[in-house]
Amino acid sequence: MANNPGPTGRAAPNRRAPALIQGLRSGDTFAHLVTLLCAASVLLLTVALVYELYINSTTAQHKFGLGFLTGRTWDPVSGEFGALPFVYGTLVTSALALLVAVPLGVGAAIFLSELAPPRISNALTFVIELLAAVPSVIYGLLGIFITAPFLRQYGEPFLKRTLGFLPLFQGPMYGVGMLTAGFVLAIMVVPFVISLSREVLMAVPVEQREGALGLGATKWESTWQVVVPYARLGILASIFLALARALGETMAVTMVIGNDPKISSSLFAPGYSIAAVIANEFAEATADLHLQALIELGLVLFALTIVINGLARIVIISTTQKGSSQ
Amino acid sequence: MKKLSNPAIIIVSAALVLTSLVAFHSSASNAAPVPTPEIVMLTGAGATFPYPIYSKWFSDYNKIHSDIQINYQSIGSGAGIRQLLSGTVDFGASDAPMNDEQLGQAKTKILHFPTVLGAVVPTYNITGFSQELKFSSGLLADIYLGKITKWNDPEIMKYNEGVNLPAQDIVVVHRSDGSGTSYVWTDFLSKVSPEWAGKVGKNTSVNWPVGLGGKGNEGVAGLVKQTPGAIGYVELIYAVQNKLPYGRVRNAAGVFVRASLDSVTAAGAGVAASMPEDFRVSITNAPGETAYPICSFTYLLIPTKIEDANKKQIIKNFLLWMLNDGQKDAEPLTYAPLPKQVVTKELKQILQIE
Repeated sequence: MANNPGPTGRAAPNRRAPALIQGLRSGDTFAHLVTLLCAASVLLLTVALVYELYINSTTAQHKFGLGFLTGRTWDPVSGEFGALPFVYGTLVTSALALLVAVPLGVGAAIFLSELAPPRISNALTFVIELLAAVPSVIYGLLGIFITAPFLRQYGEPFLKRTLGFLPLFQGPMYGVGMLTAGFVLAIMVVPFVISLSREVLMAVPVEQREGALGLGATKWESTWQVVVPYARLGILASIFLALARALGETMAVTMVIGNDPKISSSLFAPGYSIAAVIANEFAEATADLHLQALIELGLVLFALTIVINGLARIVIISTTQKGSSQ
Repeated sequence: MKKLSNPAIIIVSAALVLTSLVAFHSSASNAAPVPTPEIVMLTGAGATFPYPIYSKWFSDYNKIHSDIQINYQSIGSGAGIRQLLSGTVDFGASDAPMNDEQLGQAKTKILHFPTVLGAVVPTYNITGFSQELKFSSGLLADIYLGKITKWNDPEIMKYNEGVNLPAQDIVVVHRSDGSGTSYVWTDFLSKVSPEWAGKVGKNTSVNWPVGLGGKGNEGVAGLVKQTPGAIGYVELIYAVQNKLPYGRVRNAAGVFVRASLDSVTAAGAGVAASMPEDFRVSITNAPGETAYPICSFTYLLIPTKIEDANKKQIIKNFLLWMLNDGQKDAEPLTYAPLPKQVVTKELKQILQIE
């Protein structure tokens, strides 16, 4: 998206600018102020959010210090709280989701934008956008009733047979667990990847394709070596958006992850994610410290999101500088 | 693009929004029926378990007294207690009694009024087996501690002679969300197993030694249904309504009792005599041959001092009605009604509200 300059759209206001009468100048200021306020409110909201999370978890911060991040026990009865199993569960399931969703999503986007006949492309795009709007609890039900039993009966035994020498695919198979959560998340984020990547691919100027074809490239060569690299920033952006959604997803994850705060090397084992534990325990957390620990977990999730988004920025900036397509 | 930045458009749309707001406001105030006397609104918040019967009570009470409207938000016991302590609601509701620390935070003394009883039952899914199982109390603790891992363990076979249990792995399922159901379950396990009391303890959410977590009764029931060899615990009402198989549990008198409304009320009656004045009592593992051992009261939490004289009277009247007529609604909704002895005690407690 960023590398699509859109010359017509940007030039229009400049051409008409001299025609503006003096009175509208004050209108400009007015509009400027209003939009500035709108933009500032976002920043303000973020600051307020962090402040609230911080101020409402001070007791827990003092009590556990940095040990909160490395603690592995979550025991509301004895008042001992550690975030590591939740951070681990969140990262592993999100990574799994991307591992499945990115190749699938980008592949589908390439087909829809470059290879498919327009009629099929439009119909499929409509369905995909519909999928993106399905509430997450529906995906959770899908996970419980279809994905989990399927993985328990066929998927996990198959993985154990073929890749069982890896610690990732060992241990008892319950059907629910981190693998299932990762799969359900993948299903949930794939529409985002497809729909955004397709938009970006469609926005690649026709000249790029024509140039490649003119130089004797085949259709696939032009797609894979010219169009996709040209659109890679947008595709990356779609992946990070998908990641953000996967990190914060609550309902669908808690329904299939098994909700057990343990760190296990096996993907078959149950795990827990930050968003899921907050949703699960917040309403009934009677002890102050328990509540504070849950709020501090919220702060950790926020920090995690910021770090990952920061990394995303760095990746994008570094590819822009090295990139030849700009 | 150009049109959007035009200030005239902004002003016009802002004016439109304003007028529509004003119009909405005036129409809303016009719509309020003029002749009825002032409607008194009471709000309460708390436990989800008794929500079906509370909403029936409050709606029935509104039918009798059209000028009284009681709103109840089932946001969970813990959240209900917090709202009551911060004074944002008129009354709270909780499955577990408030602890001393919480009562200490209250500005005025808070009274516990038991309303109905609930029970928790063990449900299971053993491949090729659909009979009723008997669980001794220590057995349940050992299964949930992860010490008994096979369905044909001699400890299980000991009480279930003649049944043919497979050598299947036991998959333990518990609630993942904080809940009164978990509180009752862990309270029972703490009472019958010193090891459980020492290692895990009782709470709305605990550090489970083993097992998978499901969200809500439906989450636990779903996991149990889907996982061969699973055992879980759900509310009796939920098991009855969804026709889940559930086992008998051995009570303090050594009898294996099947959970039913009668055996749950019997448990309440069993502790009625030794009940403290403030009703804060656990009735798990209650004495009495017919008492089902895993059950509890659910409470309304009422402050003793209510500033608004009108509200105070309404609350008192409602409690009276709930303890008499209201109790008849319990059984059709599969809640166990209060035993007589407890009702009598509660009627006395109403007088403490000033």
